[in-house]
Amino acid sequence: MNAERRPRGHVGARRRRDKTMLVLCILAVIVAVVPLLFILGYTIVKGLPALDLRFFMMDQPPAGASGGGLRNAIVGTLFTLVIALVFGVPTGILAGTFASEFGKPKLAESLRFVNDVLAGVPSIVIGLAVYGIVVASMGHYSGLAGGIALGMLMIPTVTTTTHEMMKLVPDALREGALALGAPRWRMITSIVFPSALRGILTGIMLAVARVIGETAPLLFTSFGNTHLTFNITQPMDALPLRIFIFVASPYNRWQTLAWGGALFLVVIVLILNIVARLLGRKRARD
Amino acid sequence: MGALRAADGFSVSRESVAVEVKDLHAFYGRQEALKGVTMMLPANAVTAIIGPSGCGKSTFIRCLNRMHEEVEGASVQGAVIIGEANIYAPGVDPVEVRRRVGMVFQRPNPFPHLSVFENVAAGLRLNGMHSRSEIADRVEEALRLAALWDEVRDRLSAPGTSLSGGQQQRLCIARAIALQPQVLLMDEPASALDPVATSRIEELAVSLKSVYTIVIVTHNMQQAARIADKTAFFWLGELVEFDDTDTIFTLPKDKRTEDYVRGRMG
Repeated sequence: MNAERRPRGHVGARRRRDKTMLVLCILAVIVAVVPLLFILGYTIVKGLPALDLRFFMMDQPPAGASGGGLRNAIVGTLFTLVIALVFGVPTGILAGTFASEFGKPKLAESLRFVNDVLAGVPSIVIGLAVYGIVVASMGHYSGLAGGIALGMLMIPTVTTTTHEMMKLVPDALREGALALGAPRWRMITSIVFPSALRGILTGIMLAVARVIGETAPLLFTSFGNTHLTFNITQPMDALPLRIFIFVASPYNRWQTLAWGGALFLVVIVLILNIVARLLGRKRARD
Repeated sequence: MGALRAADGFSVSRESVAVEVKDLHAFYGRQEALKGVTMMLPANAVTAIIGPSGCGKSTFIRCLNRMHEEVEGASVQGAVIIGEANIYAPGVDPVEVRRRVGMVFQRPNPFPHLSVFENVAAGLRLNGMHSRSEIADRVEEALRLAALWDEVRDRLSAPGTSLSGGQQQRLCIARAIALQPQVLLMDEPASALDPVATSRIEELAVSLKSVYTIVIVTHNMQQAARIADKTAFFWLGELVEFDDTDTIFTLPKDKRTEDYVRGRMG
């Protein structure tokens, strides 16, 4: 009798353990997802009222005043991103190409390590480095310095995706091109690169999504500007900077604008991620 | 295959040349994969390279267009004289050699991002040809020579990878001959194909020998017997025997050749 009961007891205990673990897992998922939904919902509720035409068409209002928008910050972020792309994308693509096509395995390995370290450097340290190199030598803050800081943050992502996507291109295609009498550089530009292009674009999108909300590296590089400017050698505004200042202010309109800016950033990051995902999925199907 | 019929309306005046191999050694690192091969591959003929796996036949053919050295740590000693010039002479650019010596690989490798037309045009463009009409002419000529024109003329803009496996391989042959090389190397070109597609590749090899010197690596002895004028038997990195195909298969001089063609080895 005992011998019969014992296995059943075992099974019951196992079932209980199974149930407990399942409940714990579900709880963990809730803990992970609920804050995200909460942030999204709260940002939408607080930010949506600010997203009218004024938000995009007008510069920030004076302290305590009503009206106005965040045009100076939106344009600033746009300019800074363009500079970051110009600086970060070619550098990342060339570095990734080198690692994939030219580097001996050992060299590629150390390049990858350095790249991982760069990816792990806190963004404020990157900002400090750019402050020391660009801001100090120019003598003042500038949109250019901010763009370079964001560009440096993009480099590791772009380098890694370029490297991995080019590694995915089968060697048979490289041999095919070489056997046709293509010099190495033509093989890379005409055969390897087009085959990896979609993946590289995905990487660039994710890199942009990563840096668009960066505040710390801009604090002492592009600094912020209460007025609209198109001059990249002057201090320039950016959405995260403006949110940082406005949300801590005692003025109603500024706070509302800060929430609007936050929502705008979240939406853009969401769109970038979705597009990157679609690009990635299409590649997987090809 | 009627690919070379006069009715196709283009002349074939290119001169095909013999390939002379002198004491060729090939290495992977310190390991010697070819141990001094000397042979004369005649012009306007199909020469088959046979032998068991790992005997160095693929290494050998890859030495004929300097693809061997693309492998990390690989090196070559000796001479390969194509036409007049030794392709391993100092100062010879391997890129230049590969324009004159076309190659078709074991697995069809059309460029997936390019159309049928652009796949054939790829070699021309990679080598700096720009004239659209000239490229169009060369592409059509190559596709006709490769006996593929009638099958793809209506879908030249479809992706090269949308063709069947056999068609893809003929596309790769067209891509190689669009550059009008003097020698065409084929590294087990039919090993990934079904019997029908295989026989089309074989017919193609035979029909192309009036224009090219053809060297084909095969692990299929019947294939060598069917299409080759000359056959070379490789074993453990050495050229054991090289003779007329009939002789190799009926009256081989070397015991190892006899064992191999009788199916007692490899």
